[in-house]
Amino acid sequence: MTALADAFARARAEERAALIGYLPAGFPNREDSVRLMRAMVEAGVDIVEVGLPYSDPLMDGPVIQAAADQALRGGTTPADVIAIAGDVAKTGAATVVMSYWNPVERFGVEAFARDLAAAGGCGVITPDLTPEESAAWAAATREHDIDRVYLVAPSSTDERLRTVSDACTGFVYAASTMGVTGARSSVSGAAEALVARVRRVTDLPVAVGLGVSTGEQAAEIAAYADGVIVGSAFIRLVLDAPGIEEAESSVAGLARELAAGVRRRRIDAGPVT
Amino acid sequence: MASKNVVTSEEVAKGHFGPYGGRFVPEALTAALDGLDEAFAQAMADPGFHAELERLQRTYVGRPSPLTEAVRFGQEHCGGARVYLKREDLNHTGSHKINNVLGQALLTVRMGKKRVIAETGAGQHGVATATAAALLGLECVVYMGEEDTRRQALNVARMRLLGATVVPVTAGSRTLKDAINEAMRDWVTTVDETHYILGTVTGPSPFPTMVRAFQSIIGQEAREQVLAAAGRLPDAVAACVGGGSNAMGIFAAFLDDPAVRLWGFEAGGDGVETGRHAARFAGGAPGVLHGARTYVMQDEWGQTVPSHSISAGLDYPGVGPEHAWLHDTGRAEYAPVTDAEAMDAFERLCRTEGIIPAIETAHALAGAMRLGRDLGPDAIILVNLSGRGDKDVATAARWFGLPAVDEAAEGR
Repeated sequence: MTALADAFARARAEERAALIGYLPAGFPNREDSVRLMRAMVEAGVDIVEVGLPYSDPLMDGPVIQAAADQALRGGTTPADVIAIAGDVAKTGAATVVMSYWNPVERFGVEAFARDLAAAGGCGVITPDLTPEESAAWAAATREHDIDRVYLVAPSSTDERLRTVSDACTGFVYAASTMGVTGARSSVSGAAEALVARVRRVTDLPVAVGLGVSTGEQAAEIAAYADGVIVGSAFIRLVLDAPGIEEAESSVAGLARELAAGVRRRRIDAGPVT
Repeated sequence: MASKNVVTSEEVAKGHFGPYGGRFVPEALTAALDGLDEAFAQAMADPGFHAELERLQRTYVGRPSPLTEAVRFGQEHCGGARVYLKREDLNHTGSHKINNVLGQALLTVRMGKKRVIAETGAGQHGVATATAAALLGLECVVYMGEEDTRRQALNVARMRLLGATVVPVTAGSRTLKDAINEAMRDWVTTVDETHYILGTVTGPSPFPTMVRAFQSIIGQEAREQVLAAAGRLPDAVAACVGGGSNAMGIFAAFLDDPAVRLWGFEAGGDGVETGRHAARFAGGAPGVLHGARTYVMQDEWGQTVPSHSISAGLDYPGVGPEHAWLHDTGRAEYAPVTDAEAMDAFERLCRTEGIIPAIETAHALAGAMRLGRDLGPDAIILVNLSGRGDKDVATAARWFGLPAVDEAAEGR
């Protein structure tokens, strides 16, 4: 069982959703990014998603773009990202990397899976890779026991949901809305319907991301999904903080609020089996 | 519209050109791309669609565009070779871009969508899209790098006059690459009611194949025209290559004529050795950018490297995936042309033919000068004169040390 499956199983055993927190590696700098991600874990994040900063993040809104720019200006490389993921994994939290495809391909598909596994990472989320283009990636990740997480969207057809879910291991990432990353005041009603459709084609856990920023939203999503993914809201706090101390304390504060949220799911949601 | 190719029809159908092309996009766009694929296939099989497109090409664009023999330019600057110019500059809106835009705008209407978005570098694609949107009653938003809105201010004004909203993009290098990122972000959010009229043969499948199909009229006409004018096929076809749509459009008709050498000229900027250029083949490597696998200017870690060119339309770190395949197979050849060489050719065409080309196009003309000197006076060279230079007058005036355009306009 990979660390990812383990994290979802543990949350399920506690009758709650897993909390997944995202921050870009190297933001605001290498050392502090590890510090912030560790703070997330201590405050209740089950799975850490370490973002690989990329020059052309076309699925990201302005907040993640700004953070990625800062990390790139600081000279963060994919090798650093893997090392940072390794540092975070030492907390015991399941640690995955989220990366656009070109940096992985340039690093070497096999080498990326191998080095991440050696560092202690357990999976990779690839927002712009489709199963059709994944032959080499599937082989490399199988070889090194790295989970492959692809995204599904409200616009995905049922056939497409099956294809993508079949290609996933670990969990299926359900984009709550048609759009780019960034906190929204409400999470679209499309998410619940999407999760229900995904459940019809797979037994894998389904986590919902895009637009989630509050404990209230986390509770709402935890009622029907196995995982709640939060990214931009954490970054916003770091961008707004005057220093790393304040950033760390507000990141931990939000993580605690979200962790309480995923434990507060409505009982009328039915069993997550 | 179909032309045989070195790529099998099966590969093209899957959106691949050898190892290049494909679809590397957020899943949210898959349904829209599948829908576009289907709408395009249905349109291609519908005589009514072809008739409507043909009518617009004839009565609105002014097709067929003429073929002009550039006698003095050939004699004086191209080693005496016979040079023919395919006059896409004479199309309505001033470049080849309208060919593709009208095709996609008609598809937009067929798909029942009411809004179009576009990216633009030099502004020619943006102007063409704003034009078609006005003609067909579609809402239009054009994303343009802030740097490009400055150097192509005339085209920004044209788009606004045509009723389009121009959004200056301030992210990244503030050029075409970033405009495409922003257009993709818009599209992923609004895909139900919006069609993204991508302006070149890049991007996820089916864009490279579809845009090539709409641009292939250039080559079809030019092939017939050059046969009629010269009695034989040209020895070489020259085109500039940014994304590569004008080049694919003219190359397509000659792919099965092995004696015809196909030459694409990329922006060499300050010189490939300086790192300030947009020469993907000379200075890039295979990778993935904007939805397709192709040659990309990137660093050792796969981060896109900003491109540089005096020409906004060639200032792009990626290239159409079919060009990548034509490059690897050797069917087409690609070479960089520096800013200085392009501006030299620009001036020579102005002075010998009375034609002010777009600076993008001037790269192809500089290439033709090299080819002519190489091939000699018996050679026939066909150049795709992809656009006219009105938009570049301010840049050119600055380059040649002429009085600034706004001052000249005020009679100072």
